[in-house]
Amino acid sequence: MNLIGEHITYKPDDQFHLNDVSFNFKKGNLYTILGRTLSGKTTFLKTIAGLLNPDSGNLSFEEKNFSKIPVWERNVAMVYQQFINYPHLNVYENIIFPLKQRKLSQDKIKTDVEEALKTVGLIGFENRKIQELSGGQQQRVALARSLAKKAKILLLDEPLVNLDYKLREQLREEFKRIFSEGMSQDTILIYSTTDPQEVMELNGEVIVLDEGKVLQKGPAKEIFENPLNLKVAEISNDPPMNILKGLKNSDNLNFENISIKSPKHFKNLENQNYNFGIRASEIKLDENGEEFEIELAEISGSETLLHLKKGNSKLIALIEEVMNFKIHQKVKIIFNSNKFYAFNQSGELVSSPYGANNG
Amino acid sequence: MEKLYTFLKYTFITLWTVFIVAPFLWAVSTSFKDFQSVNSKVTYIPWLDFEPTLEGWRVLVKSPARGGVDIVEPYFNSIFVTCTASLVSIVLGTLAAYALSRFTFKAGFVRNNDITFFFISQRIMPPIVLSIPFFIFLSTIGLLDSLLGLVVVYIVLLMPIAVWIMVDFFNRVPKELDETALIDGCNPYQAFYKVVLPNSIPGLIVAGMFCIIFGWIDFFFAFILTFTEVQLLPVKVVALNSSITPWWSLSASALISVAPLIIVAFVVERYLSKGNLSGALK
Repeated sequence: MNLIGEHITYKPDDQFHLNDVSFNFKKGNLYTILGRTLSGKTTFLKTIAGLLNPDSGNLSFEEKNFSKIPVWERNVAMVYQQFINYPHLNVYENIIFPLKQRKLSQDKIKTDVEEALKTVGLIGFENRKIQELSGGQQQRVALARSLAKKAKILLLDEPLVNLDYKLREQLREEFKRIFSEGMSQDTILIYSTTDPQEVMELNGEVIVLDEGKVLQKGPAKEIFENPLNLKVAEISNDPPMNILKGLKNSDNLNFENISIKSPKHFKNLENQNYNFGIRASEIKLDENGEEFEIELAEISGSETLLHLKKGNSKLIALIEEVMNFKIHQKVKIIFNSNKFYAFNQSGELVSSPYGANNG
Repeated sequence: MEKLYTFLKYTFITLWTVFIVAPFLWAVSTSFKDFQSVNSKVTYIPWLDFEPTLEGWRVLVKSPARGGVDIVEPYFNSIFVTCTASLVSIVLGTLAAYALSRFTFKAGFVRNNDITFFFISQRIMPPIVLSIPFFIFLSTIGLLDSLLGLVVVYIVLLMPIAVWIMVDFFNRVPKELDETALIDGCNPYQAFYKVVLPNSIPGLIVAGMFCIIFGWIDFFFAFILTFTEVQLLPVKVVALNSSITPWWSLSASALISVAPLIIVAFVVERYLSKGNLSGALK
C-alpha cells in the first residue's frame, strides 16, 4: 500500500533532472527531500503529482500503476514555493475549490473547510480576497486547501522559502505541529527544502538529492551524523562543512600550516591523505589556538559567522555570540578535534565522530 | 523642480487636449450649420454667428428616395460585422493563444514562436498584399458583397491581434496556476475555463477593445470587397463627399461614427481602473 518509485529517470534536455531515483514511501510518514536549487526536488514532486512524465521507471501507489492515472484523478495535494491560490476566488472559495471538484456533500465540505481553516489559523478570513493577504497568509490558504482535500499524498515544495525570516520561523513551528497532530495516518507527506535546519527540525526520513541523483537516504539524525560523502556533508550543513585537505600520521593531523593532535576516533584510520571535515560550529575562539585572518564577518541573529583564512586554507567558523570584528583582523581559533570527519580521496566518509567507521 | 515638473505636465496635457478636442468642437458646430453659414463667412458660435439647423443630421436618416443618404443601414452593418468578427476572433484567438502559451508544438522546423509569428505576420504585411487573394477567395465562394464575406475577412484581420495580446497575457499567468487546478481535480478543459479564463478578464477586455477598434475603423477591405448590396459605415461616410462637400452631414456622420469607440473607451477605462482585475495576478 506504499508509494513506490523504481529507477525513475527524467532527462528532458542534455541534463538529468532525475537520475535513477528509487524510493518506497510508507503512509503516515514524513519524507523530506534535501537538495540545493535545481537539484531536481521540484521535478521529483511534480513526477509524483503526475505533472511530469518520467522517461523511464515505474511509479506505483496502493498497488496500482500510478503513471497511468492522470493528475486530476490522483488525489494528491501540492503547495508551491510561490504562493499559488486562485486570485479570482476569496479564501473560502479557494479552499472549497478542490472539494467541489470532487462533488462532496455540502455538509462534508463545510466541516472540512472549517477544520482546515482552524488548523492554519485563518478563521475569520473566509471572505477576504487573496490579494488582500500577506505572503504568509497566502501560503496558509494554499496549505489549508491542501489539507482540506485530505489527499493521500501531500507534496510541499519549499513552502517557506519565499517568506521573510520571522514568518518562516513561525510557520515552520506550525508545520511541525500540523504534521504531528493534524495529519491522518493515511497520508504520505513529502516536503522539499534547501535548508538543512528545516530538515533537522521536521525530523523525518531524509532523501538527499543532487543533480537528480539520490546521494543518501535515512533518518535526519543519520544524515547529520554520518553524511555518506563530501557532497552530502556540504548540502546538509549550513554553513557548509569545512573541508581541509591533510595528512594523518600516527599522532597528528597535518594541514597546510597547522598541525593538531589526532582524535581518538581516528585511531584505526590508515596513515595517509584525507579530506577532513569539521562543522563551523565546532571551531571556537581561543587564545592558545592557531592564528587566522578574518576575510569577512557576518552577524546573523545571535550568531557571528567568520570567514577565516590562513595561507590557502579557508574556513568558516560559527561563533555563538554577537561580536564585532574588523576585516583583516587576526584571531586565534581551536578545533574541537573530537568532531572531525574523515573522507577519503574520492570523497567517501571513512570515519565519523558518531561511529560510522569504514576505515 | 517638483513644481516645474507639475507645470510642464499640465501644460502638455492642456495642449494635447486642445489638439484632440478642437476638431471635435469644430465638427459638432459644423454639423448644425447649413450651406449658408459654412460658405459665406467664418462662424463659430450658434445663435450668435449662425442659426443652428438639424438638416445635417436629418439627411443621414432619410431614405435616398426622399433626398437623404440613409447611413442607418451601413451603421448596423458595421456593428454586426465588427461585433461578430471580434467575438469569433476573441474565442478562437484565446484558445489558440492558450495552446501556444502552454503546450509545445513541433512540426518539422515549426515551433510555437513560428506559429505566433505567422499570426502576427498577417498584420505586418501591408493590407494591399492581401486584397487580391481575399477578392478571389470571396468571389470563388460567392461571398463578395455580403456581410458574411466581410465577417470572414475581418476574422482573418482581427484574430492575429487577439492571439498576440492573449499569448503575451497567458505567458504572464504562472503555469503553476494551471497545475494547481489540475492537482485540485480539474481536467485540462476545466482548468482552462474554471481557473485560467476567470483570471484573464483584463487581457480579454484589452484584446476585445483592440479587435473592435481595428474592425470598426477598417476602410480598405470594406471598400474593396463590397459594391452595392452591402455597405459599411466608413465607406458610406467617405461616399458622402461628392461635387459639393456637405460639411454639415459629413461632420454629423463623422461624430456618430466615432461615438461607439468613445463609449467603448470609457467603459473599458472604468473596468480596468477597478484595479482588482489588473492586479489579479502577481
